[in-house]
Amino acid sequence: MLSPAIQAEQEGMAEASFENMSRIYQMGGSEVRALDGVSISFARGSFWAILGASGSGKSTMLNLLGCLDRPTSGRYLLRGDDVSQLDDDRLSEIRLRSIGFIFQSFNLLPQSTVAENIALPLYYQGWEPVKSAERARELATRVGLQDRLAHRPSELSGGQQQRVAIARAMANDPAILLADEPTGNLDSATGLEIMQLLRELNSQGKTIIMVTHEADIAAFASHRLYMKDGRIERQEG
Amino acid sequence: MLIHAKHLREIQLGVKNLRQHKLRSALTMLGMVFGVGSVIAMLAVGEGASKEALEQIRRLGSNNIIISAQKPLEEQSQQTTRTFMSIYGLLYADELRIAESFPHVLRTVPVKIFRKAGRLGERSMDLRLLGTTPGWFELVKRPLVAGRALNPFDLQNSANTVVMTEHGARRLLAAENSIGQTLTLGGDAFEVVGIVRSDGGQGTGLQAPDQQIDAYIPINVAKARFGDITTQVSSGSRSRELVELHQIIAEVDAIDNVEATAAGIEVMLRRFHKKLDYSVAVPLALLRQAEATKRTFNIVLGSIAGISLLVGGIGIMNIMLASVTERTREIGIRRAIGAKRKQIITQFLIETMVLSTTGGLIGIAIGLLIPWLITLAAGMPTLVTPLSLILSLGISMAVGIIFGLYPAVRAASLDPIEALRHE
Repeated sequence: MLSPAIQAEQEGMAEASFENMSRIYQMGGSEVRALDGVSISFARGSFWAILGASGSGKSTMLNLLGCLDRPTSGRYLLRGDDVSQLDDDRLSEIRLRSIGFIFQSFNLLPQSTVAENIALPLYYQGWEPVKSAERARELATRVGLQDRLAHRPSELSGGQQQRVAIARAMANDPAILLADEPTGNLDSATGLEIMQLLRELNSQGKTIIMVTHEADIAAFASHRLYMKDGRIERQEG
Repeated sequence: MLIHAKHLREIQLGVKNLRQHKLRSALTMLGMVFGVGSVIAMLAVGEGASKEALEQIRRLGSNNIIISAQKPLEEQSQQTTRTFMSIYGLLYADELRIAESFPHVLRTVPVKIFRKAGRLGERSMDLRLLGTTPGWFELVKRPLVAGRALNPFDLQNSANTVVMTEHGARRLLAAENSIGQTLTLGGDAFEVVGIVRSDGGQGTGLQAPDQQIDAYIPINVAKARFGDITTQVSSGSRSRELVELHQIIAEVDAIDNVEATAAGIEVMLRRFHKKLDYSVAVPLALLRQAEATKRTFNIVLGSIAGISLLVGGIGIMNIMLASVTERTREIGIRRAIGAKRKQIITQFLIETMVLSTTGGLIGIAIGLLIPWLITLAAGMPTLVTPLSLILSLGISMAVGIIFGLYPAVRAASLDPIEALRHE
């Protein structure tokens, strides 16, 4: 019998899939199973919301998906390649080429302009400054900030800052866009705007996996994953 | 070329980050600025002083041995009690003996130093005179300013000719047109035949015998006209001295024979002199000694420089460690976006290197300015060597690498997840 992950992969549908993934921390002599044998496949072009209480393992899952962390056991296939045991340099390379991050607290470089923040992944990809500035302008236009290119993050509203972060996450044209409570620091009206932007990106074909604890935000996703104690509690959609 | 362009961007990023904290960066650089600046300035002063010393010793001729008359100590103490004649110093016979018994000695030049009242035109002065032979002007190089030096005919004919030094000429207001005029020395008329450059140096331990000398005359004339006895009147008491020769300069055929010949001369003089009323100096030995002193000086200076640069480096490391802590979040963001550890190390290392190198460059500017001011204000000779500049720049860059490496490695080893959570 084939696991769902391998089935999806064989169908050529999976963007990312976990096979029996565990992440165990040692904390003061006791084991913490942050993720406990999870298998799941995220289809290409899907929009997922991961829900759960704090400590349920949703952040661990996002860190593993984003190649910021390595599993204690199990396999992680990203576009068919096993990336679960790669070294730090290779993981960095995957983050640089295939992952886009959106954070709750935006995580923009405060001293850099909007254009520089958006172009940051391109800097590490070694783009020519002229070309990357051009691309940054293009991305800023896509999120409606074409006239804010020379501003610093502190001169922008929260919603605008999150738009910059989304533009930056899109700069490397990633396989998956990972969002960690993207509306957590925003008022509900602005939060809805951001969610509409994410849905728009998803409708253009981008795979999005989002961690949230708000049901109305999760409603924007086409699939919902409920986590509890490091395991999948249930799955919707 | 590609690597070059990449590093240029990294340097630009480093400069940009440092400019966001202008005051802090400037204060951090101060350690390097003063370290490098003082090193270059100290080296320049030391170089200048020792260069002048070496220059002066070299001018005495590295092939020469200088034998000087020295007043014995016991004579000096007796002199204060009563008037009597002290007899000491080198003898005419000594010169002959040195010239004839040492095969490596090419020639000898005798020197007599005494004071006489002199008058040129309207001006009268007490002059310091040096009686010698024409060989003097060849052994102890004194460039001509005007006219000619003493020549063998002056000696043969016991001619009343006098060559003035620039120093003497200045005192007597003599110039080029004074050549051919009459300089009266102690009642005798001498014809001024030339002016030579004075030895301007001072304070080197070994002085050329013509320091503060006003004029040269043929030695046989000096002996015939003025004799060997000099009378000095000082603070009420009269003292008389009989000194035949004040100095003998012996030229040796090759540098390798200088020291052995000098030792031989010393042995010989000891046999003929009852008192220690002479000294033998070898410019070559002094040159070596001066060079050894200079080396020691440089080592001491190097240690001081090392300490000040160490302090500067620690200052930079301290600030960079603080900067790593302060920028933990930034490091997390860069790592999440895909920056490799190596790239974070490079980023922080380049920042420290920009700091230390900029500090080093400003230090070099200050290091060039201070010696210039010292020379301007105190008239002290200074010399900034290119080596000291290259060395300082190299050291300041090395300090950047050495003291920047630890903070950079620490920045790169942060766990990106932890770093992103950092407030």
